[in-house]
Amino acid sequence: MRFLFKTDYRQDVRLFKHGGQVFWYGLLLAALLVAPWLLPDYYVSQLVFIWIYAIAAIGLMILVGFTGQVSLGHAAFLAMGAYTEAYLHQHGWPFALSLTFSALVAGITGVIVGLPSLRVKGMYLAIATLAFGFIVEEGIARAESITGGNAGKTIGSLEVFGLPIDSEQRFYYLSLFVLALVVVGVMNLLRSPTGRAFVAIRDSEISAQSMGINLARYKTIAFALSAAVAGIAGALYAHKLRYLSPDQFTFLQSIELLIILVIGGVGSIYGAIFGAAFWIAVQQFIVLAKDWLPPAIGQQTGLQPTVFGLILVAFVLFEPMGLYGRWLKIRTFFQLFPFYRKGLFRRQKSYMKSERLK
Amino acid sequence: MLQFLQLIASGIAQGCIYGLIALGFVLIYKATETINFAQGDLMMLGGFLGLTGTLALGLPFWAAFAAALVVMLFFGMALERVVLRPLLGQPAFTVVMVTIGIGYLARGLVTMIPEWGTDTHVLPVPYRDEIVSVGGSDGLILSMEHIVIIAVTALLIAGLYLLFKHTKIGIAMQATSQNQLAAFYMGIPVRRINMLVWGLSAAISACAGLLLAPITFVHANMGFIGLKAFPAAVVGGFGSIPGALVGGLIIGVVETLAGFYLPEGFKDIAAYIVVLVMLAVKPNGLFGENLRKKV
Repeated sequence: MRFLFKTDYRQDVRLFKHGGQVFWYGLLLAALLVAPWLLPDYYVSQLVFIWIYAIAAIGLMILVGFTGQVSLGHAAFLAMGAYTEAYLHQHGWPFALSLTFSALVAGITGVIVGLPSLRVKGMYLAIATLAFGFIVEEGIARAESITGGNAGKTIGSLEVFGLPIDSEQRFYYLSLFVLALVVVGVMNLLRSPTGRAFVAIRDSEISAQSMGINLARYKTIAFALSAAVAGIAGALYAHKLRYLSPDQFTFLQSIELLIILVIGGVGSIYGAIFGAAFWIAVQQFIVLAKDWLPPAIGQQTGLQPTVFGLILVAFVLFEPMGLYGRWLKIRTFFQLFPFYRKGLFRRQKSYMKSERLK
Repeated sequence: MLQFLQLIASGIAQGCIYGLIALGFVLIYKATETINFAQGDLMMLGGFLGLTGTLALGLPFWAAFAAALVVMLFFGMALERVVLRPLLGQPAFTVVMVTIGIGYLARGLVTMIPEWGTDTHVLPVPYRDEIVSVGGSDGLILSMEHIVIIAVTALLIAGLYLLFKHTKIGIAMQATSQNQLAAFYMGIPVRRINMLVWGLSAAISACAGLLLAPITFVHANMGFIGLKAFPAAVVGGFGSIPGALVGGLIIGVVETLAGFYLPEGFKDIAAYIVVLVMLAVKPNGLFGENLRKKV
């Protein structure tokens, strides 16, 4: 058991709370840096997908987990980033610039979508974002001169500051670097007044407003930041796949991102990363399982949606705090050993918060 | 002009389908304040049940129709009891995620059932390919499928109206949807009523699926049409039962007209453009109540 003796207010906002964290995160970073040299290319490639999904999930987490606004159209922001990157790359922009610009374009789209969120909330907002997602998807299919339409668009090889990114290892380091930037950025955001305002809005709009938080402004910022981070993920995604078509950015993709959040645990950065890792791992596992399952089950096309559905329902029913919540419980168990009690993390029986007039 | 009327007629038929699915959303939303994202998949299950009833069991179409509705009624009730009741009192987001999960499960499991599978099936209906012309030989031509959709929807709405106005269960449902706590104090078994509402909603979706089946065929992904029923429900005002139907009709007609008069691609997103305009102009929908939340 570790006791933190606080002597300074700055200790409350420090990124690393104590030396143990520095040690363990350092070890994790070292392991991640060595990983691509030890693993076969295929697994490195899957890790890259995890980093990209984690970035996208962190983007969505800003909105859903920290600001409490639901978005069912986040694939649209992903698409915005991806196609902007593809277009600029084609026109010979350097990567650092085009990545920034992709984030910017996605962020501006986020503001446009965020504006109605000032008028509508809850379920209506969900449906507005859903509608927006469909419109963007259709728009991409139609704007053939820029996006290549339904035929798709291929993207040439990537070069960062003169260094060609031609192997899985190099792309791994690039995406890991971007992920690290995003994580540190979001962590800093969360300890800034803006991030605190987001969390306040999530917990209660009315009390946030009465504390002087401008709801309209902060919700728009949340949408913009969330979309911009998703746009960064989209840009990396474009280079990873090297081929873009509108059917990669459908409603189901938006739902997938939400599922990642729920599986990982809504409300923390860990949740987004855990969820992304779990999601990619499950897909790989299903592919592997197809070989040793009896063909009557293994060869079914419905296997994947069934497993996804089961996992999602099981998580919401039995582990609503997600993987991160499970990790917290295990950690607390060992920290408090032998004083861990079963009821420590029990779900509070909350009465339904009605949106209606009573 | 005749062509325009023709389009309106088929738009209304399509709109009835949207309206019925939207009705399913609205019933559940009114009763439990959650959105059921699996509504379209319940519709798909209804279609498949009708298929099994007519083909595998050899029932006459309307008997299979009724049987499918009854089965879906119980299925909806079981779903509420097993999956959703443990989540009572949890935030709406949680429940929405569970219904999304149910949708995935339904879509996946349906393809694993041997007779159903991933194929596209034709539901044999007695009124297939029949045509009725109104106003002489060069008048308005209506296909029987559309007429049946409109007629059954009208019947169903009339039935629901009677249920909500004149039966104890219907009035209890209304009371529950207005204020759960007050309804509970008045001796209404709120949980059982919620279960019934889920059953009713599932049965209505199944009805939509069976009506739609002759037009779009039955397949595992037919439930995605449910995503177009959201706009219908919002346009009508999410908490209003007549609103859901009117919203459905508006979406259906607009979509059909957009498909004919506007460039390609607008048909699929017409519904979403309408809903965005609606949310910007009148967020509470046509029939929605404008209520303010109190602290």
